Amino acid sequence: MSELFADLTPERLRELLHQMLLIRAFEESAEQLYLQGLIHGTMHLSIGQEGSAVGACAALRPTDYILSTHRGHGHCIAKGARADQMMAEFFGKESGYCRGRGGSMHMADVETGNLGANGIVAGGVPMAAGVGLSIQMQRQDRVVLVFFGDGASNEGAFHESLNLAAIWNLPVLYFCENNQYAMSMSIARASKVDRISDRAAGYGMAGVTVDGNDLVAVYRETQAAAERARGGGGPTLIEARTYRWKGHSKSDKQRYRTKEEVKEWQDRDPIARLARRMIEAGLLSEAGLGDVQARVDAEMAAAIEFAKNSAEPDPATILEGVYA
Amino acid sequence: MSRELTYAEAIREAIDLAMARDERVFLFGEDVGVYGGAFGVTEGLYQKYGPERVRDTPISEAVIAGVATGAALTGMRPIAEIQFMDFITLSMEQLVLQAAKLRFMLGGKVAVPFVLRTPAGAGTGAAAQHSESLENWFVHVPGLKVVMPSTPADAKGLLLGAIEDPNPVIFVEHKLLYRVKGEVPEGYYTLPLSRSQVKRRGRDVTVVATSLMVQRALEAAAQLAAEGIEVEVVDPCTLKPLDSDPIVRSVVKTGRVLIVHEACKTGGFGGEVAALIAESEAFDFLDAPIRRLAGLDIPVPYNRELERRMVPQVDDIAAAARRLVREAC
Ligand SMILES: Cc1ncc(C[n+]2csc(CCOP(=O)(O)OP(=O)(O)O)c2C)c(N)n1
Ligand SMILES: [Mg+2]
Repeated sequence: MSELFADLTPERLRELLHQMLLIRAFEESAEQLYLQGLIHGTMHLSIGQEGSAVGACAALRPTDYILSTHRGHGHCIAKGARADQMMAEFFGKESGYCRGRGGSMHMADVETGNLGANGIVAGGVPMAAGVGLSIQMQRQDRVVLVFFGDGASNEGAFHESLNLAAIWNLPVLYFCENNQYAMSMSIARASKVDRISDRAAGYGMAGVTVDGNDLVAVYRETQAAAERARGGGGPTLIEARTYRWKGHSKSDKQRYRTKEEVKEWQDRDPIARLARRMIEAGLLSEAGLGDVQARVDAEMAAAIEFAKNSAEPDPATILEGVYA
Repeated sequence: MSRELTYAEAIREAIDLAMARDERVFLFGEDVGVYGGAFGVTEGLYQKYGPERVRDTPISEAVIAGVATGAALTGMRPIAEIQFMDFITLSMEQLVLQAAKLRFMLGGKVAVPFVLRTPAGAGTGAAAQHSESLENWFVHVPGLKVVMPSTPADAKGLLLGAIEDPNPVIFVEHKLLYRVKGEVPEGYYTLPLSRSQVKRRGRDVTVVATSLMVQRALEAAAQLAAEGIEVEVVDPCTLKPLDSDPIVRSVVKTGRVLIVHEACKTGGFGGEVAALIAESEAFDFLDAPIRRLAGLDIPVPYNRELERRMVPQVDDIAAAARRLVREAC
């Protein structure tokens, strides 16, 4: 069993399954609400990528930090945020995590260590070095994990950040969610190296590629990297291979990939996979799975109610939030 | 002959005509190929011109600007796209320290003829990092031209003019204009860069506006006309180098001027226009203080109502112009 589930207890596994289902439900609701015309703006859904978000954050402590991306709803939930305040933010309401100022692309929950999603591809990657340095200089027992996409690994700042973190031995986990595409650009067209994790060698840090749809595998690798960082072993580049089921954003005609390819990856659903393994191992019954789903559904319904009933920001406060 | 096109279609037609006519012209940027550009502007060009002349790049804005500069320096006529103007911040070094200065630094022996197209502006609910209007940053840099068309016909003619121009040109489009329709002449034509246009004649007050704000100023002018206030709307079209004469002449005539832009007020283009009016012969003709109406000095908020309030709307322009007309010196 320890082989199959690393050191995750049955209770913890059920919690992680719940998180993955909650992410899926959040994303599906977000899409629905968007189609109903209730949301002004854009959004990027992470359906299909729940295994990497939850697996990675499961290896972190509440005191650890994450930096997230434009596709960040899952990261936010995985680090411990509440669905209702996230939904309120999505609606642009005052009760949202960012008081309606940030929206989907800037979702953050500072209290659970989530320093924020990011509208800029690789925007969080340079900052991660700063957070790592801060942890190191304050002699804290913490690490920072920065999520970014395959596309982000071609920004110049990505390379500067990895090099700096390596030479200064910073406790940074560079967590690449390689979902095969950056909008329409496949990683195969955008990079000549097979594995994004191979780039770690160029900076003298550890690099590993893991099946991002296998929550336990993601957990195991992230935990190993976190332990190394805590012990002064420096940064790691983790590449989690996964897939986004939905279009890049609301306006994607998806001309760059085939339906067959999408279907193939849907058959590797990270949620169904963990559930099946738990059932096979006798850690979960079909009824138990139904209970988790029912809990998630109730949570989402309440979150949407909360968001709809929350107040809009007061226009008189429009100038708040900048010192200059 | 002309027909109705959207602003996006007019831009696409300009790129198409330039590529058909000049082998040196090529298009590149993020998702400009099969995807057709984030806003569909380059739709179909990949199918027509193929992967050599319509190139998707990785997400690498610094090297996009670098490729534009290097290729332009050595005989090509690149059209680069930066997907949102916000991301041009990642291109700054190559644009500001290289492209803008090369001709000067090398004693005039080279030219850097590229166009960098990029959509600016708020109003789409995309929040603080996808809504910027950064044009005035480039106005401040000697060696760069800055063009900001407000209509489909201007967009086509100015883009073709920019492609022919021997200088790097930052061509700023507006997301909310992409679907706006207007009459566009057929065939190849260029509009000269650095020519301000009077978009509407009027005797009571001058409104100098840029990009989307030109359209809003024209709507406000139509409202005010019903109240008996005649607004003259001047569109600089090219912010740098600026054709100041039509602005000065208009203010001499009306004695009142309101400057409107979407970008934040502090450090914005409006300050430059105000200063040039104050320094000109129009100063003696002013019957009221020069006024500016611009974006609030905050990042663009996500919430729809806050976002709306951050940027001048038609009613705000009408109210400001009305106040100005009633103001006596
Ligand atoms: C600096 C910058 N360039 C371009 C964009 C536009 N953009 C947003 S997401 C995206 C694709 C990102 O791909 P990847 O990093 O693989 O993340 P994914 O969307 O696949 O999660 C692009 C091009 C941006 N937001 N920021
Ligand atoms: Mg990707």
